Amino acid sequence: MTIPHPAPETGPILGKLSMEALPLHEPILVVTFIGVVLGGIAVLGLITKYRLWGYLWKEWFTTVDHKRIGIMYMILGLIMFLRGFADAIMMRLQQAMAFGGSEGYLTPHHYDQVFTAHGVIMIFFVAMPFITGIMNYIVPLQIGARDVSFPFLNNFSFWMTTSGAVLTMISLFVGEYAQTGWLAYPPLSGIAYSPNVGVDYYIWGLQIAGVGTTLSGINLIVTILKLRAPGMGLMKMPVFTWTSLCSNILIVASFPILTATLVLLSLDRYVGTNFFTNDLGGSPMMYVNLIWIWGHPEVYILVLPLFGVFSEVTSTFSGKRLFGYTSMVYATVCITILSYIVWLHHFFTMGSGASVNSFFGITTMVISIPTGAKLFNWLFTMYRGRIRFELPMMWTVAFMLTFVIGGMTGVLLAVPPADFVLHNSLFLIAHFHNVIIGGVLFGLFAAINYWWPKAFGFKLDVFWGKISFWCWVVGFWVAFTPLYILGLMGVTRRMRVFDDPSLQIWFVIAGVGAAIIAAGIGAMLVQFAVSIWRRKELREESGDPWDGRTLEWATSSPPPDYNFAFTPVIHDLDAWYDMKKRGHQRPVDGYRDIHMPSNTGAGMILSGICLVMGFALVWHIWWLVAASFVAVIAAAIIHTFNYKRDFDIPAATVTAVEEARTRQLAAGA
Amino acid sequence: MSAKTITADEAVQFYDLDEHAHPEGHSTMLGFWIYLMSDCLIFAILFACYAVLGGSYAAGPAPKDLFDLKLIALNTAMLLFSSITYGFAVLQMQQGRVKGVQLWLAVTGLFGLAFLGIELYEFHHLIEIGAGPQRSAFLSSFFTLVGTHGLHVTFGIVWLVTLMVQLSKHGLIAANKRRVMCLSMFWHFLDVVWIGVFTFVYLMGVLR
Repeated sequence: MTIPHPAPETGPILGKLSMEALPLHEPILVVTFIGVVLGGIAVLGLITKYRLWGYLWKEWFTTVDHKRIGIMYMILGLIMFLRGFADAIMMRLQQAMAFGGSEGYLTPHHYDQVFTAHGVIMIFFVAMPFITGIMNYIVPLQIGARDVSFPFLNNFSFWMTTSGAVLTMISLFVGEYAQTGWLAYPPLSGIAYSPNVGVDYYIWGLQIAGVGTTLSGINLIVTILKLRAPGMGLMKMPVFTWTSLCSNILIVASFPILTATLVLLSLDRYVGTNFFTNDLGGSPMMYVNLIWIWGHPEVYILVLPLFGVFSEVTSTFSGKRLFGYTSMVYATVCITILSYIVWLHHFFTMGSGASVNSFFGITTMVISIPTGAKLFNWLFTMYRGRIRFELPMMWTVAFMLTFVIGGMTGVLLAVPPADFVLHNSLFLIAHFHNVIIGGVLFGLFAAINYWWPKAFGFKLDVFWGKISFWCWVVGFWVAFTPLYILGLMGVTRRMRVFDDPSLQIWFVIAGVGAAIIAAGIGAMLVQFAVSIWRRKELREESGDPWDGRTLEWATSSPPPDYNFAFTPVIHDLDAWYDMKKRGHQRPVDGYRDIHMPSNTGAGMILSGICLVMGFALVWHIWWLVAASFVAVIAAAIIHTFNYKRDFDIPAATVTAVEEARTRQLAAGA
Repeated sequence: MSAKTITADEAVQFYDLDEHAHPEGHSTMLGFWIYLMSDCLIFAILFACYAVLGGSYAAGPAPKDLFDLKLIALNTAMLLFSSITYGFAVLQMQQGRVKGVQLWLAVTGLFGLAFLGIELYEFHHLIEIGAGPQRSAFLSSFFTLVGTHGLHVTFGIVWLVTLMVQLSKHGLIAANKRRVMCLSMFWHFLDVVWIGVFTFVYLMGVLR
């Protein structure tokens, strides 16, 4: 049993930081730390041995190519996913064990950090990097652009997101993480009840990453509005681009709210203001309102792009134009708007009165109408289509079946009287995992299987893909159905130990489900490894492995740096299908210089300084805060003095690349 | 320079064979405008907080006891003048006169500094008489809303100085013109926000 230490003294040099901050008394963390250090040394050693530092710096870390940044986002998401899932397994194990007087194996201090970190990491550092990565990679290709509107900003956004993730990970080994739940409600997250650094790690990790998210949202909106190929009117945009546009609008219209809210919380903690305290006029419920005004749009930020993915996949693998394109677009826009007027359903129990609760209950139910319209559109697209059950399509069907159940339990929760019973219970936990795993994760897996050949030039292995698929789908239901049942029986979330032994069997089943999911994750990693190993056999030369319909399939796989030697001209919604159908010919000469942005290390440097500043703020190392603040401003100003930010790819290079492509196509034909 | 396009239907062009690079910075204004709207949302939250918490005096001082409208009127005048002078700078830019731009930017910066000086004086005074941001939720939200605006003006001035150096180095090249226009949007945006602050916090505050 460890009791959180009282707030340590603040020194002038190291602030609150001292040897006490290292969790040497937690064997789990010590072992993890040793593992991370050994793994880290191995990776760094290999990079050094094969002299990859220069390559990584020049080709990846400083890149402004949207495709490479997209891949880096995906890698970030994958790494953080393993961390977030480790937290999930720890919780399942603890809850399956802690019955009949057993305390389980996690102390309250540790367990509370685990469930907080699980939520924060899965939303901010797994789901967000994944969807941003996919959007970054695919959107410019789908609209026939050569890059995003602000390539440097794109690199900067990625590194800010990474810095936020790194700061959050540092908390694992230096100090502690928040013990407040993933939204850090005050007064628990206030300085009176959380005097240590956990909440500060939470705040600054999210603030740094939030800057990146907001900027990448602005970037993609402008890209979609300004860089579409000639002929691509708004209603000729692929659905994925549409949903990305709406998702990014939501990002720009909601992440500033999170930023402002966390600033207020940090003022309460650092300056002693009274926004969310219980004293001197503060109102904790103000925080709950504000955080959900961001939080509800956030779930649609996550799921909308995947709705786009399902649309692309369904249409491609049914060999048909998407049913109800226009209604799909309008449904997306409706959801975008409605997502702003439902936030109060997260706390019907606040006591805002019947009329307010009714309003938010009804808006919440209304949002299921456009979502239902989308499902019918997908079903009608499949209807009488020649469906090919490749992996992306399997994930899509699994999504439809799973997500519908999650949606229905959501509508149940939208009824305020029902919510008073189910609020804060495991039923809620089951519901949102049902929509986030069934919607967001399954969508991501569909997207990864669908677009992997585009990004790397070879398909993913089907055998291991199918194993992963079945483990995931079965594991999901085994893991979360018990939580629905327990929730209906009144078990609340975030419990560490239980008294009633009759409940244990359900937690054991849920734990088994989590283990099956773990097998699914393992199979997915094996799938990646096997596919990379067998990449020669799985090679895909045409650039269009699925008989695709949208522009990203019009280029080679992987696409050249400039994406398109000549910008395509769009005549139809399914632009690439139209080009194929009408027998277009690739132009094979007349290439010109192509103007492209230059790589720059500025984004990584700025984000690195922000990381240092975040760490200094967490530990109250004020001299370092001041120094890094001045440094980040100075570095930003110095960067603005660099006026030469682009270069021309000479026509000769373009010609060489395109001629190689011509030979490749001829060999494949 | 024409490539051979062999399309099934000669009338249908599938590739733009005669394209020209997008002019540099073609989307900057739109992007910056969207950024401003996201910033606007931050202010919206701070206004909302003030609306909700602005009456929670916690038995402490209320706006009537604290606000000196004459001082605030002077302060407001400083900021509004700075917007006009920034407008003059843009007019000079359109006529291609670097010196004129520099002059008006400098005047704008001075007005901005005057605004900040008065604001700091006000804050200092309030804290001195025990009405600091810790005193009540009203004062927390007041200091945060007004202070965030002041912080934006501070950054605006840092940007303005940077821009003046860049103008003296490179003159009115396209990139610099674009930066002048972006800062212009930023500066006027702060003016609009201030009009909200002046009305909502100060004028309506003393009415309450």
